[in-house]
Amino acid sequence: MSNPKVKFAIAIGILLGALAWLAVIGMQESKTYYITVAELKQMGESAREKRLRVGGRVVAGSIQREGRRVRFLLEQNDETVPVVYVGRDPVPDTFVDHAEALVEGRWGEDGVFHAQKLQAKCASKYEPAEGESPSASPGT
Amino acid sequence: MMDSLGSFAVLLAVTACAYAFIAGIVAHRTGHPVLRETARRAGVTIFPTLSVAIACLWGLFLANEFSIAYVANHSNRDLPLLYKLTALWAGQEGSLLFWSWILSGYMFVVLVRHREEGELRPLAGAILAGVQLFFLILNAFVVSPFRPLAEVAADGTMRPFAPPDGRGLNPLLQYPEMALHPPTLYLGYVGFSVPFAFALAALITRSPGERWIHVTRRWTMIAWGFLSLGILMGAHWAYAVLGWGGYWAWDPVENASFMPWLTGTAFLHSVMMQERRGMLKVWNVWLVFITFLLCVFGTFLTRSGVVSSVHAFAQSPIGHWFAGFLLVVFAVCLFFFTRRRDYLRSEHRLEAVLSREASFLFNNLVLLAACFAVLWGTLFPVISEAITGNKVSVGPPFFNRVNIPIFLFLLLLTGVGPLLAWRRTSWESLKRNFTAPTLIGVATGVLLFAFGVREPYALIAFMLAAFVTVTIVSEFWRGARVIRSQTGRTWGQALAQLVLRNTRRYGGYIVHFGIVVVFVGIAGAAFNKEREMEMPMGATLELGRYAVTVKDRAQGETPNYIYDRLTLEVRRGDKVLTMLMPERRLYKASEQPLTKVMIHSGWREDLYIYFAGVTETGVPIIHAYLNPLVRWLWIGGGIVILGTLIALYPGRQPMKVAVSERAATREREVAYAKGD
Repeated sequence: MSNPKVKFAIAIGILLGALAWLAVIGMQESKTYYITVAELKQMGESAREKRLRVGGRVVAGSIQREGRRVRFLLEQNDETVPVVYVGRDPVPDTFVDHAEALVEGRWGEDGVFHAQKLQAKCASKYEPAEGESPSASPGT
Repeated sequence: MMDSLGSFAVLLAVTACAYAFIAGIVAHRTGHPVLRETARRAGVTIFPTLSVAIACLWGLFLANEFSIAYVANHSNRDLPLLYKLTALWAGQEGSLLFWSWILSGYMFVVLVRHREEGELRPLAGAILAGVQLFFLILNAFVVSPFRPLAEVAADGTMRPFAPPDGRGLNPLLQYPEMALHPPTLYLGYVGFSVPFAFALAALITRSPGERWIHVTRRWTMIAWGFLSLGILMGAHWAYAVLGWGGYWAWDPVENASFMPWLTGTAFLHSVMMQERRGMLKVWNVWLVFITFLLCVFGTFLTRSGVVSSVHAFAQSPIGHWFAGFLLVVFAVCLFFFTRRRDYLRSEHRLEAVLSREASFLFNNLVLLAACFAVLWGTLFPVISEAITGNKVSVGPPFFNRVNIPIFLFLLLLTGVGPLLAWRRTSWESLKRNFTAPTLIGVATGVLLFAFGVREPYALIAFMLAAFVTVTIVSEFWRGARVIRSQTGRTWGQALAQLVLRNTRRYGGYIVHFGIVVVFVGIAGAAFNKEREMEMPMGATLELGRYAVTVKDRAQGETPNYIYDRLTLEVRRGDKVLTMLMPERRLYKASEQPLTKVMIHSGWREDLYIYFAGVTETGVPIIHAYLNPLVRWLWIGGGIVILGTLIALYPGRQPMKVAVSERAATREREVAYAKGD
C-alpha cells in the first residue's frame, strides 16, 4: 500500500474538482442580473443577451390578460417598462394592481420585457407602516 | 394591562439573564460555589418569566387588543381561534420572543438536569445566558411585541390609538400546519445553542474525557430531529399551500434552514470518529460552532432582507444587530480555539482509503461542500454586487446541478460506510458485505430501464436506494440471527432486542432507511407532468391516468373570506375516485387573495389541482400537476424522525469506552464470519 495521504489527496481533489465544474455550469445556466427599470432602458442591445431580473410596482389598471399571457406595466422611480408574462407557472394570487412584482426573463426586440418568472408581493395595508419607511422593494 | 405585564416580564427576564451570564462567568473564574448556584437559579427563572410574557401576548390576541401594534398587524376579529394563537409567531417581534422562550426552555432543562457535568454545566449555562441575553435585549428594547399603536393628533402630540379591527393574518399562514412548522423549526434552530454551549464550555475548561462529547452529541440529535421535522413540515406546507406543484424552490429562507441541517448532519457522523478514535477534534468543535452560527445566520437572513425572498414574511432593520452578534460569537469561538489548540490534538491518523474513517471523512467533505454551495448560491447576489458591482443571482439549476450528485454520492456512502471496518477493510469482507446489495441494486436498475425509465439521475437514485436498503436489511437480519441462535427467540423478539441493545446504531440505520425513502420520493420529481386548461362547466382535463371534469361552481362568503369554488370529479378509467373542490379566496381583513390547492394523493402519484384563475370571460383556468412518488417523501421523513427517537432512547448497554467498543465490533465481525 502506498501512502494513504496521497490517495486521499487525489480522491478529494477529483471530488472537489467535479463539484466546482458542476457549480460553474449551473451558474452559467441560471445567472440572472438584477437591474432597475432605468438601467434596463439604458442598456439597449447589450441587455438582450442576458437573463435579467427587474423589480417594481404594477401600474394600476395596466394588467391585461390574454388567455394565459399577462401584459402589464412595471413602474420603478417614475420609469415604466411594458412586460408580458409568458411563463409556465400560474400567475400568483398576490399579483394585483400596485403589487410589488419581480419579473425574470429577457428584454425582447419589441421593447417588451418577456418574463418567464413572476413573483409578487402585496403592497396593501399589509406591511406595518406606522412611522416606518415602506419596505424596500425586493431585488433592489 | 396585559401588555404592561408582558413588557415587565420581559424586562425581568433580561435582568435575571444578565445576572445568570455575569455571575456565571465570575463564578467560573473564581470558583465561588454560592455565586455559581445563584447564577444557576437566575437562569432557571427565565423560562417561567418568559412564559408569562408569552401568555400575555396570547391573551392580547384572544382579547382582540388592536391598540397593540403587533396584534393589529397580525390578527383580526373574525380570525379563527387557532390562527389567533399561531399569529404569535407570524411576525418578527413575536417570532423573536418565541425564539427566546424556546431558548429559555432549553436552558431550563440544561440547568435542572446535567448536574453531573462538574464545571462544564455551569459554564455552558453562562454561555446560554449570553446567547439569551442578546435575544432578550432585542425583545425588550428593539422589537418589542408589546409596543402600543400611536397616532399623531391634530395638535402634533402622539396619542394611543386602537383601530376597530386588525389587518388580519397573512392567508398563506392560515393553514393548520403553520401551528406546528415554525415551532418545530425554531426548536431545531434554537436547540443547536445547547451543543454549542457545551462544546465551547468544554474547549474553555479543557474538559477531560469524552463525557462532554456524549452530552453534545445527544443534544445535537435532539436539535437535528426537530430541525429535520421542521424542514419537512415547511416543505409540506409549501407543497400544500403555495400552489406551484413543488415543495422545494431553493429559496433563501429554505436554504437558511437547510445549511445548519447539513453541518449538523456532518457533526453527528464525524463525532463518532472522535468518540472511537480520538480524531477530528478541531473539525468537530468547529462543526458545532458553525452549525450554531448558521442557525443565527438563518434568522438574520430571514429577518434582515439582505437577500430578497418571497417567503420573507417580515423584514426590518434589525439585520445589523444580528451581524454584530454573529461577529462577536465568531470572535469568541476563534479566541478560545487559538488559546486551547493543544486540547484538540488528534490521537490517530487515517490509515486507509477503504475504512470507516475515510467514509466519514468523505461524508463530511461532501456535506460541507453542499453547505458551501448552498451558502454561495444564496449569498451570490451579495457577493457579486460587492465584487463586480452587478447584483447577480443564481437559480435552482445551480443548486440542483451541484447538490444532486452530492446527495447521490452521500446515498452511496449511507450504504457503504456503516459496513466498512474501522482502520482498514479487507477485500474479503467487502465481497462478503456488498455482493448481494450490489447485485440487487444493479438488478433494480436493469429492471427499471427495461420498463422505460430513462432519467439518469432517477435511475441512479433508485439503484442506490435498493443497494442501501439491502445493506440495512442485511445488518438487521445478521444481528437478529445471531441473537436468535443464542437465545432461541422469535425473529420479532430478536429484532427488538437487537435494536434495544444498541439503540444508537440501529436507530441510525432506521434514519438511513428513512433518508433512502426520502430520496425515492424526491427522485419521483424527474417524472412530473403538468397541464393547464380553460375549464368551462363540463370540460374535462386529462393528465396521465386521470380525467378531471368540472361538475359545479359556487361563489359565496364566510366571515373570514369570499370564495369561488369549483367541484371537480376525478376519474381513472370508468371509476370515479374522488371529488375535489379547489377554491379561490379573498380574505376580507387583509384583502389578500389565496388559492386553495387540492391534492389527490396516492402511493404511486399525487394529482395536484390548482385553480389558477379566471379568463376575461369568467371561465376558470385549472393547472394540474402529476407528481409521482411524493407521498414517499413524507413517509421517509416520518421514518427519519422515528429513527432519531430510537437513537435517543437510552440503550441497555451503558456508553462504552473506545477500546471495548472496538473489541465488540471485532467480536461481531468474527461472529458473522463464523455464521457465514
